[in-house]
Amino acid sequence: MTNVVDVQKLEMTYAGPPEVRALRSCEFTIDQGEYVAITGPSGSGKTTLLSLLGLLESPTGGRYYLDGANVASLNDNERAAVRAHKIGFVFQAFHLVEYRSVIENVQVGLLYQGVGRLERRTRSIRLIEQVGLEHRASALCATLSGGERQRVALARALIRRPSLVLCDEPTGNLDSSTSERVLDLLGGLNGQGLTVVVVTHDDRVAARASRHLTIIDGQLGQGSSSDV
Amino acid sequence: MSRVDSLPSRLLWGDAVAEALSAVMHRPARALLTSLGTIVGVAAFVTTTGVAATLNAQVSSSFDALAATEVRIRDPSAEGASPFPEDADARLERLNGVNHAGVLYSVPDDGRLSPRSNPSDPRVSSTARVPVVAATPGAIRATLPQVRSGRLPDPLHEERSEPVVLLGRVAASQLNVNVVDDQPAVFIGDTAYVVIGILEHVERNPELLLAAIIPSSTERVRIGARTSDYEVLIDVAPGAAPLIGRQAPIALRPEHPSSLTALVPPNPSTLRRQVETDVTSLYYALAVLSLFVGTIGIANATLLNVIERRSEIGLRRALGATRVHIAQQVMLEAIIVGALGGLIGTMLGILAVNGVAISQTWTTTMDPRLVGFAPLAGVATGALAGAIPAVRASRTPPAVTLRS
Repeated sequence: MTNVVDVQKLEMTYAGPPEVRALRSCEFTIDQGEYVAITGPSGSGKTTLLSLLGLLESPTGGRYYLDGANVASLNDNERAAVRAHKIGFVFQAFHLVEYRSVIENVQVGLLYQGVGRLERRTRSIRLIEQVGLEHRASALCATLSGGERQRVALARALIRRPSLVLCDEPTGNLDSSTSERVLDLLGGLNGQGLTVVVVTHDDRVAARASRHLTIIDGQLGQGSSSDV
Repeated sequence: MSRVDSLPSRLLWGDAVAEALSAVMHRPARALLTSLGTIVGVAAFVTTTGVAATLNAQVSSSFDALAATEVRIRDPSAEGASPFPEDADARLERLNGVNHAGVLYSVPDDGRLSPRSNPSDPRVSSTARVPVVAATPGAIRATLPQVRSGRLPDPLHEERSEPVVLLGRVAASQLNVNVVDDQPAVFIGDTAYVVIGILEHVERNPELLLAAIIPSSTERVRIGARTSDYEVLIDVAPGAAPLIGRQAPIALRPEHPSSLTALVPPNPSTLRRQVETDVTSLYYALAVLSLFVGTIGIANATLLNVIERRSEIGLRRALGATRVHIAQQVMLEAIIVGALGGLIGTMLGILAVNGVAISQTWTTTMDPRLVGFAPLAGVATGALAGAIPAVRASRTPPAVTLRS
């Protein structure tokens, strides 16, 4: 099985004052089709790690290989290009464009790949069906429930056909029954071969993953394990 | 391992415009309020420029129509008999650019002339007396007269010193002469003069409407007045006044032209340019000030918008937008708001110019290029206003999506 993610001695230090070492010499790999949960207490560095894996920030040290290519030292435009083509995001706060419809929000996922309007529309309809929102395709996102919003966000992440989907507390703003439905959906997609990384401090969410990485004080703890 | 071999981040132009339009139009009231400064600025620009052009057209036509086509020649040292040759009309009308020209002068009346319709009428006091003016046919025509009844004196009357008189409309009324078909006579001194016409209006020398006008040769033969009031009046083609002002003294007195004084109106094009410069500089300054205020308005609103939409901008960055894409979208949004303001402002400006022109009974005069240029001024305003917010938006870190 090939590595989608290969992280070697990854470091992240935020310049101060005060200087904060958010990540210290992290090393791990994630294979194609894995479902990995990154857990840890608040302030442990989970979000920083997700930010580096998603190329939202550049590490201050170490190496990061995505699909076999070194992406740790890319410039801003190159990181944007990798994000546009290889990474899907699902955020705790959904981050939908409230004044746009469901189908338009899903299409935004393809906007920066330079895909034409017709193909965007065709692919977004297919994804909206896949997440079970075809009856709300034309609804404004401002009118959706929390669960519906997260499913739109999931469709927006998947339409890019990413190598890696990164989820930041994907059920953090949802009630338990809606959370279960979103997690079922995520699990189903993983079952079809999608590589998923979830950052969470919710044990129920982490329990869905095939492998756990625990991070404490910026270091992968000894509890990091494969515990399927 | 190799560096990343990924396709570039790419945003199609049509999509960029559609995204910007969607962002602007989902809050139309806000877009309108944001563009208010530009609307006022462009409307002020179009109004002031249009009103200035309209006003200048009125000023120009006034200058061209009358003042700029008139030359008067005087002899400051004249005393007694006419200082101008008897064939002055013919000499001047031979000059290229002269329409009509001739000599005219007031005939002094010590009470003996006192024009009246009946010889037995008592001679009236000087205040109620109809003044007598002597004029050659060319001079009368140079006043651009309108005849109510009858006709103007012709060269034959002048040549034969005939006792004919042309009455101004007021003088005719004073003398109870209403029509000239039955050849009424008025008495000037003891001589009967046949009334050949009544003047309704003159563009120049309006005092002629009060007067009894006789041929100058008739005056010389029958009255022989001595005065210093001689003047040559010349009606010239537009633009010919400065040249005729130089040539006429030579034609009238070739042996000593400098002894004559030519009164030439200021060069109309110079005068017009002066008026245009004075009026339009002020108006342009006001318009530029308004546009500046409009620019600040859009800049403020766009900056506020960028701060409000920090999360959305972060999302777009996370989805692969480069800094240029973000700046491009913010600029396009500002440009759309500016263009909207430019279009509405142009329409309001045109309405205002027409309103002013109608209220002043002027003819609206606008440069058609203005209609195209004004919305572009709105676009430029938007682009200028969007620059700083665009740079600021482009610096939004994509990681903001994880921390908000």
